[in-house]
Amino acid sequence: MWYFQAPTVVYGEDALSHLSTLEGTRALIVTDANMAKLGVVDRIRQPLEDGGFAVEVFAEVEPDPDTETVSRAAEKARDFGADWIIGLGGGSPLDAAKMVRVLAERPDLTPQDVNPIVPMGLTNAVRLCTIPTTSGTGAEAGWACIITDRAEKRKLVLGSRDAFPDVAIVDPALAAGMPPWLTADTGMDALVHAIEIYTGSWHNDYVDGPALMSIRLVFDYLPRAYRDGSDMEAREKMANAATLAGFGLANANIGLAHALAHSLGGVFHPPHGRTTCVFLPYTMQFCIKDAPERYADIARFLGLPGETDAERAQALIEAVQQLQVEVGQPQDVRSLKIPEDQFHAEMDHLVASAEADATMFTSPRVPDSAEVARLFEYAYQGRAIDF
Amino acid sequence: MSVMFPSSEWTVEFQKALNTNPVYAEAARNWEGDFYFIVTNIPGQPDPTTMYADLYHGKCRAAELVDDDSVYNPAFRMTAPIGVWRKVIEKKMDPIQGLLTRQLKLHGDMVTIMKNVKAAKELVNSLSTIDTQFPS
Repeated sequence: MWYFQAPTVVYGEDALSHLSTLEGTRALIVTDANMAKLGVVDRIRQPLEDGGFAVEVFAEVEPDPDTETVSRAAEKARDFGADWIIGLGGGSPLDAAKMVRVLAERPDLTPQDVNPIVPMGLTNAVRLCTIPTTSGTGAEAGWACIITDRAEKRKLVLGSRDAFPDVAIVDPALAAGMPPWLTADTGMDALVHAIEIYTGSWHNDYVDGPALMSIRLVFDYLPRAYRDGSDMEAREKMANAATLAGFGLANANIGLAHALAHSLGGVFHPPHGRTTCVFLPYTMQFCIKDAPERYADIARFLGLPGETDAERAQALIEAVQQLQVEVGQPQDVRSLKIPEDQFHAEMDHLVASAEADATMFTSPRVPDSAEVARLFEYAYQGRAIDF
Repeated sequence: MSVMFPSSEWTVEFQKALNTNPVYAEAARNWEGDFYFIVTNIPGQPDPTTMYADLYHGKCRAAELVDDDSVYNPAFRMTAPIGVWRKVIEKKMDPIQGLLTRQLKLHGDMVTIMKNVKAAKELVNSLSTIDTQFPS
């Protein structure tokens, strides 16, 4: 037994106008300071007010939001009496909004209490709308929230299936303002999601199709969106690619590249998408030694060459590496500007955090502690995996 | 030789299985928390039937069948009908998916569980190494 759950997705040109049709009275927009500064919040506020909402804004979500931030936002939601939480932004504000939606109704819980195992006992008193402004995290389509515990220097995979977004509004116009580097960082994140979902041990018939389509869209359209941010066809296809991969995030699981990236991110805080992208070729090299079949499937779908599964899987790794170069992504951890002495000083912590990460265990090949350390080391040095 | 699940003999095998699983020992090296494994809907046996396991720093210090579940106050209680336990032991159900679909019901400090997913999975994986019979 398993589930396929997805929010209502409103997508395409003018999708934002759907906001004026939401039924409710008080909406809290959960976002970051940039969204307020760039005027994006006003583009959301207007249709909400047109629909009769009173609107408040919490624009204090930081990159890698922590437990304290989401608790403050939830307090604001309760004080305001919000019946809708509107998450607006990249992965951090959307993840924060998902947590706020739960805590707004359950003030007795801490963020760490919000887990998918125990029923949260939620009603529909507070509803959730997610509006991505980047094309990559897929956070708009799922229930998981990545929240940082700063005391432990760890990213926690929290969230509840009981707090699924009710509506995701995927309007490509919101992503049009992304600079090339952010287009690449987030677009590659979508690719890592889709590849890890398709190859992970929780893959299933319901997520395989969206994952494959997402992969194809990224290969076809990310270079165009990167070169020309005003190419609205490319923007729309990348927005769709991210949300399609998000269906997989919600209904299967990602894998080893994310476990390593979450661990590194908890300590050094490099951009999430760029970090997962750095790790992906290394983790693919590691996994195809045991299980090349699903990678070969993807290669077949993309029309990549190869006579055997191993050859096709290798062709996929090379295609990912070529795409990294084409969109200006770094190819080793050193290039993330993490000093080598600090990286090595934190190695024991990095290994322990990666092994405890909830995305590790669905990898097609699960490394032991020594292998995790070697994966970090090889990815730092830019060495091909040979174990 | 196979042992009946659930039973005293099975708890002995469970303790052996955990204490000879180096992957569990490594994954659970910081784990502190004892368990009740509670089995319901067993044909011809008391319902529920409860097994206790004292898990500490990668080792199982004790495991036994308990007649009275007030004997211990464990940190965690995992409850499921015998059919679900059978699927987990026979590796027909991923234990984490079992928890997420709430077929396996877990009570206790979820923060600890969410920070120790690998240990939790290896704990349940150890069950599958035991040559087990089920009541018909």
